[in-house]
Parts: sequence; C-alpha cells; structure tokens
Amino acid sequence: MSDPSTASIVSTPAAQPTDTPAAPGPQSNEKPRGLLGDAWRDLRRKPLFWISATIIVIFLLMAAFPSLFAPGDPVNGALSRSLNKASGDAWFGYDLQGRDVYARVIYGARASIVVAVLSVVGTLLVGGAMGIISGYLGGWVDTILSRVADVFFGVPFVLGAIVILTTFNGSGSSNSKAEIMGLVIISLIVLSWPVVMRLMRSSVLATKEADYIVAARALGAGSGRIILKHLLPNCLAPLLVYGTIMVGSFIGAEATLSFLGVGLKSPVVSWGIMISEGKDFIRVAPGLVFFPAAFLVAAVLSFVMLGEAVREALDPKLR
Amino acid sequence: MSDILVSEQSAPGSGGSGRPSGRLLEVDDLRVEFRTRDGVAKVINGVTYHVDAGETLAVLGESGSGKSVTAQTIMGILDTPPGFVTGGHVRFHGKDMLRMSAEERRRIRGEGIAMIFQDALSALNPVFTVGFQIAEQFRVRRGLGRAEAKKRAIEMLDQVKIPNAKGRFNNYPHQFSGGMRQRAMIAMSLALDPEVLIADEPTTALDVTVQAQIMDLLAELQRERQMGMILITHDLGVVADVADRIAVMYAGRIVEEADVYDLYAKPAHPYTMGLIDSIPRLDEKGQQLRTIKGLPPNLMNIPPGCPFNPRCPMAQPVCREKVPPLLQVGPARASACHFAEELVNRV
Amino acid sequence: MGRYLLRRLLQLVPVFIGSTFLIYWLVWSVPGDPFAGKCGERRCPDQYVAYMTEKYHLDQNVFVQYGNYMKNLLQGDFGQTFSQRDIGDIIATAYPNTLKLALVALAIEAVIGLGAGILTGLRRNGFLDNLVLVSTLFLLALPVFVVGFVLQWLLGVQWGIVKPTVSSEMRFSELIVPGFVLGSASVAYIARVARTSIAENRRADYVRTAIAKGLPMRRVVGVHLLRNSLIPVVTLLGTDLGALMGGAIVTEGIFGINGIGREVYRAIVTKESATVVGIVVVLVVVYLLMNLLVDLLYAALDPRIRYE
Repeated sequence: MSDPSTASIVSTPAAQPTDTPAAPGPQSNEKPRGLLGDAWRDLRRKPLFWISATIIVIFLLMAAFPSLFAPGDPVNGALSRSLNKASGDAWFGYDLQGRDVYARVIYGARASIVVAVLSVVGTLLVGGAMGIISGYLGGWVDTILSRVADVFFGVPFVLGAIVILTTFNGSGSSNSKAEIMGLVIISLIVLSWPVVMRLMRSSVLATKEADYIVAARALGAGSGRIILKHLLPNCLAPLLVYGTIMVGSFIGAEATLSFLGVGLKSPVVSWGIMISEGKDFIRVAPGLVFFPAAFLVAAVLSFVMLGEAVREALDPKLR
Repeated sequence: MSDILVSEQSAPGSGGSGRPSGRLLEVDDLRVEFRTRDGVAKVINGVTYHVDAGETLAVLGESGSGKSVTAQTIMGILDTPPGFVTGGHVRFHGKDMLRMSAEERRRIRGEGIAMIFQDALSALNPVFTVGFQIAEQFRVRRGLGRAEAKKRAIEMLDQVKIPNAKGRFNNYPHQFSGGMRQRAMIAMSLALDPEVLIADEPTTALDVTVQAQIMDLLAELQRERQMGMILITHDLGVVADVADRIAVMYAGRIVEEADVYDLYAKPAHPYTMGLIDSIPRLDEKGQQLRTIKGLPPNLMNIPPGCPFNPRCPMAQPVCREKVPPLLQVGPARASACHFAEELVNRV
Repeated sequence: MGRYLLRRLLQLVPVFIGSTFLIYWLVWSVPGDPFAGKCGERRCPDQYVAYMTEKYHLDQNVFVQYGNYMKNLLQGDFGQTFSQRDIGDIIATAYPNTLKLALVALAIEAVIGLGAGILTGLRRNGFLDNLVLVSTLFLLALPVFVVGFVLQWLLGVQWGIVKPTVSSEMRFSELIVPGFVLGSASVAYIARVARTSIAENRRADYVRTAIAKGLPMRRVVGVHLLRNSLIPVVTLLGTDLGALMGGAIVTEGIFGINGIGREVYRAIVTKESATVVGIVVVLVVVYLLMNLLVDLLYAALDPRIRYE
C-alpha cells in the first residue's frame, strides 16, 4: 500500500514504441558500442532529456543560491502589504502576512530538494544494501528480510508517514528545523526502502546465476569482489533510474506531508506549507496556491521525465 | 537498377509481369522494403515464384534472405510499418491479392492459403486451449455450433495423429510437447481445407527425430489433399525428400530455381554450390567442415552488381558491375549468375 | 488449490502482525505517557486513566498490550474512544463511504485508463498517443492534493459544474470528481501499462496466427489480443483497490467525505490511539487479502501460472 505516486511510476514499463524491426542481415559496418555509450547517444537526441535536465539544473541552483534568483526576504513580511497584488518588487504578489511570494517560492526549492535528495540517497542505500544481502545470501536471511520488507510495505504510505511524524513531531514537540527535516527524511526512508530492496533483490537474483558470474566464482573470486565488481555495476542502472524518478515523487510526498501539517513547519519555507497556508484564500488570491503548486509540479515533472528518458535510453529492448 | 530484367526475362513458371497465368499461387516481381530509423533495408528485390496444386516448392536461403518475408507478404501479415510492399504482384487463382479489399483478402486466409509457423509455442495463443483455437475456425468461418465445431476440431487433431485427441482438446499449448504442438498447429492450419499451405521453417524448433516425423506428416497430408505447398527452410537436408522444386534465395532475390534432382546434381549458381558443399557428409568424417566465406550483405547497403560477388569464389569484374538477371539455363531451371551456362555445361 | 490458499493465508499472518504491531507501538508506546494531550488541554481524569490502563493493560509491556488488544480484536472488539464511542461503530459507519469512493475510483481507472491504453496501444505515435503520454506523465507526477485542489477549485468554485464538497448522502454523481482525484495516478499508470502491454502483444506471434487464420480484425483484437494484454492490467486494478483505501486520506479531506481516511487523520491528530490502530488493522487486512486475491486471479487468467 505504498504511495501510488511513488510505487507506480517506477515500474511503468516501456513507454516508447518498439518499432525497430529485426533488421534483416547483420550490420557489419558499425563498430560495436557499449550499453552506456549507446544509451548516451540515444539520450543526446531526446529533447525531453535536455528540457528536464535544464529545469533540474535551474532548481538545483535555486536550492543552492536562492538569493541569486530572488532579492526579496522570504521569511519576514510587513502586514501592511498583506495580500497585495503582484508588482515590480514582488512578481507574484504578497501573502497574508505580507511576505514576498516570489521570494518564498524560490527559497522553497531548498527544503523540498534537500529533503527529497537525502531521502532518496537513504532509501537507495538501505534498500540497496538489504536487496544485495537478501539476493546474494538467499536462504533464511532472504526469507526474514523479505518478510520484514513486506511488513513495511503493508503499511499505507501516507498513513504511515502521518503516524510516524505525529508521534515524533506532534504539535507539542519542540524540534529544531534540522530535526524536523531529519524526521521527514527518516519517515520517507522507512516507508520506501522495501521497494528498492525488491528491485535490487530481483536484479541480483537475475544476475547471480548469469554465466559470467558463475565463471568469476569458478575462477576463485570472493563474495566481496563478485558483489563489488560484477553484481553492483549491473544492478546500478535500474537503481539510478528509479532514484531519479523517486526524487520527483519524494518532492511531491514532502509537499503532501507539509500540506497535511505533519511535515515541515513554518518558519521553514516549503511549497507544501505555502499551498496549505494559501488554500483558504484561494478565492481572493489564487496566486498563493498557484505559484508554489506550479513550481512543485515543475520540479516533480522534471525529475520524473529525466528518469523516464534515461530508462528508455538504457532499455535495449526499446531501441 | 537492372534487376527489373528479372521479371521481363522468363524465369521458369513466371507468367510475365501483367497477365494472369492460370497458376494456383504466383508471386511476381515482389519488392518489399523495411523502413527503419537507421535506414531503408531492401528485403525483397523482385522475387518471382509459383506453386501449383499438388506440388511442393521449397524456398531455401539463409536467415535474412527474405524467404519468410515473402511468405508474410503472401499471407498479408507483414508488419507495416516497418515493412512496405513497393512493387509486384501476388496472384491467387490469377487475382492479385495485393490489390484486393481487406475483407476479400481475409477470406482467402485459412481457406485459400494457410500458414504454419516456426515456433508453435509462441504462434499458438497461450491463454486458450488448443481445441478452442482449432474449433474457433469452424465457428467463426463456417458458422458451426459449439458441439459440431468441437467434433470437427477433434477430427482434425486425429488426422495429424495426436494420440487421445478427445482428451487433448482441452489442453493448453504449454501442456503439449514440441512435436505435438507443431501437429496441433498443422491441424489448425488445415482446418479449413486450404489449397495452398505455407510452412515457414516448420521443424526448426524441434528435435531431429521429431523433425522427420513432422516432415513425413506434412508430406503425407500434402499428397492426400493435393495441396500446393511452399516449404520455407534453411536446411537442405529437409527438402530433398519432400520438395518437387527448389527456389534458392539470396539477399531478397531468387538466385536459382530448379527441380530437386537437377539442383543437387548440378547446381547452377555458386551460392547453391556453396550450400550443398557445406552439408556435413559422413564420408568426410574428421575433415574440416566447408563453409561459405563471409557474411550475407547488409540489406541497407547491398553491394553493386551481383549481391553474392563479395563471397563468390568465381567472381569476375563483371560481377561487381552488372546484376545478373534470373535466366533460363535449361529445361525448367533458371539461375541468376553471369556464368550460369558454364556451370550447367561443366562435366 | 486449497493447500495453496492455506499456505498463502498462513504467510500473511506474520506480515499482518508485523504491520499492525509497528503502528501499535508507534501510537501507544513511543510518546511515553500514553495520555499526554489525549483529553484536550486538560489532564485526563484519574478515573478514566485507571479504566483505560486496565482495559488496554497499559501498565504492562507493549507486547502484552498488543497481545491483549489482538485477543479482543479477534472477538470483534475494537475497543472504545476516549469519549466512549465504539471504534467498531466508527469503522462500520465510515468504511462503506470509503469503499464507495474507492469503487468509483476503480471504475474510473478501468474505463479511462483502459480505454486510453487500448486506443493508444493499437495506434501508436499518433496525436492521441502523444496526448495520452503527456497527460499521463502529468497525472503520475502531480501529488494527489494538488490534483484535488485544482479540480475542486476549477470545477467546483470557478465554473460551478459540480459541488465542491460531497454531501453525506454520497450520491454517485458527487463522487465522480473525488473518485478521479483518488485514482488519478492509477488512471495514468493503468493507461501506460495497458498501452505497453497491447503494443507488445500486438506483434506477438499468436496475433499473427490469428490473422493468418482469417479471423475478422474485431475478433483478433477483441479476443486474442485483449485477453492476453489485459492480464497485467486486471491484476493491477485488483492491487489498486487495496491501495486506494489507504490512500484516501488526502482525497477525503479535500472533499469532506466522511470515510475511513478522514477518521484516521482525525484520530491521529487528536491522539485517539485505539481508533488509529483499529483502522490500520482493517486497512492492512483489506490490502493483504486483495493481494492474495490478485495472485489467485492471475493464475485464473493465465493458464501457464500454476499454484505450487
């Protein structure tokens, strides 16, 4: 019962046509290329790849140096400007407390992206490690780890996150900004790692019996070497694709939790908080919801699109 | 390109380009290309052959020579895109199937011309029982009721010598062995009593012992029903017993056509010679196998002149300049080689 | 078949216990004093504390508590809230509403998702195909609360086509927009899976055989192609029904639907631990059973799959 937007995007299979026929006759003139070289050649030709990559770079810059994009103050406002319309000073107008919406939207990128990226890194590390251990060792270790993953998988995503966050981050608690972020990150990791583990486990199981691994073992390579040199590089591609898409999903998940009032909290600036705060004024000032929502959607979409583009390029079946 | 000549010269059995000839099924100067992202592959470049009632034509060639694509074009199951017919005719009882309405063409499938595929496991629908898939033809095409269609389907399974046909009716394809599956496939293709049967490498996916059984069955059914049969294969050994005539294909062209005996006794094309030479023989045990050197041409970039010239041991300058047309070189045999006469007349 | 079912059911037990224990531990034990903030601003009355402590064995360790809770649960006793309402009643009132919403969402997924998937799978790279690809990408990427707000605001407030919230009668016409919102990501997902599946199977050998048999195109597509392509889609729909109920928190909140999601959210915020655990138990059971059902369905749809 994990969040559909996390779990589902991932396994969406092949979206692009498989038009290339079994070209008759061998193509002897072409020099052989590696899978990665092929994928890169394919990617370079895709406008979708360039568009999403550009947007992502802009968002990353925004997260790192928000003041480059917005000179205004995102946190302090003057009540005298409450709900003022857009102007040359504040392109998107002011919110209820007279804060510059444009500046807030720009500064909001940092919290969203930091939380999402750290959660993804954590999820990949935890899930990836569990998956490798489980797939490579097999036996009772595999059974136990798989059941544990089932347990976490069985908890509904949004519900689980709300419970974890209200327990540790409820209305009475006095956590610092960093602690709240940490809690959000941990709850995302706790509820998502089983997906990565399953992905990794099946990937390892599929490669483990491959002839070249068997050959490596027959030549006396140790377990550590086999995992590092042979298994990991092979499983990495799907993991990276999944990770990219997951950054997008986690930006959305963080916003959902902040929107519900259990994630990040003011004075942290985040798109989810802005939408939550602005939703009661949607009739008088739709911009309070529209602008953070637009940025949120753009950020999520660009990561999902990048992941899709990379997946298509990496999938030899689609070429 | 000068291979237009092929259709104007009279290859044996060719009815010329325009007029109907009274043949059961004839392919006339067929051209097909595959338009892909990487370029256009000319897969069929003017293929002409025919088959009459009661005879078996074997179409022989390496993979990629266009033998299967020709069959798919006849059946109307060519994947479009990427495959496009760019010229030629396929006549059934003198009527050009490529210029028929889709509905007219559909009615010929199964009843006029039927086809057996190489891999019965993937060619049969995995989620329906074998019996359903045979009975379906009687129900949809003949309008029979469920019980009658089932009876007829069991009869068909009997005819292809599937033991316990009644009990096997409700089995799924994956519950059959390879040989039995191919028998079921044959039963399905013969259900509507077709006049022409195209068998596309029907035994390639099978064990050697089973291969012989299936070939015998096909030959027997062909004789009984006096069907015309087109047997597509890359295996010279398979065709010898079964075929009446052989057409050898290379790079989307017929390079030689002859009666079985003539072809084995005295091939009139260096490519056919190479094929026959590369059959392993018991009396040469211990010696190295002979092969045809080189690879089949890239169909996106077929070499000028004779397409076989880069691999041909007899190649002369003329072979790199002129495409040899398919010319009559004797009674009922033709070859597309500049030196065909010399090959036929050698002692 | 019977033995397979039994084995699968037994396998569910540890997962069920694990998931519910996890939640139980989080809501009852972790915060320390289980009564902190649970009776509004005031401290809970001593009499009440004593009653609850006895009822839920709060003086013992969490495993004993959980064990006793489960014992009661198996006898159909979900316990009571702080205001002495039967939690079983709360669930019984709210659950049908969520089920109704989830079924509407599922129907929308099936109709729109499948329709779009079939059309684009058969005819790829046209205008419609690209439109569906782009719009499904959007639906997949948008968080549910954004979709919900935008649709509620546009259709309900700006254009006035539908009522922005759902009345307590839960009329079908009122549920269409919330149902779409709840199923939005799945609609897109199903459309994509159906499209890929059909596009892959369209070139399958058995489709070619069906054409070669001279069957009419309608039958080739409607019987041979669809039957195979829909196997992954149908199983997906099944899994989704289980997942939709747990995911209804946001949708129910936006549209004011008195369902299980809203109850659980309210319970979490007001720290009604017993209600939270009770609802989670129901959701987990439904989810696990739906997954089991899907496995059985899969085997029924694809004769190559056998129960081991």
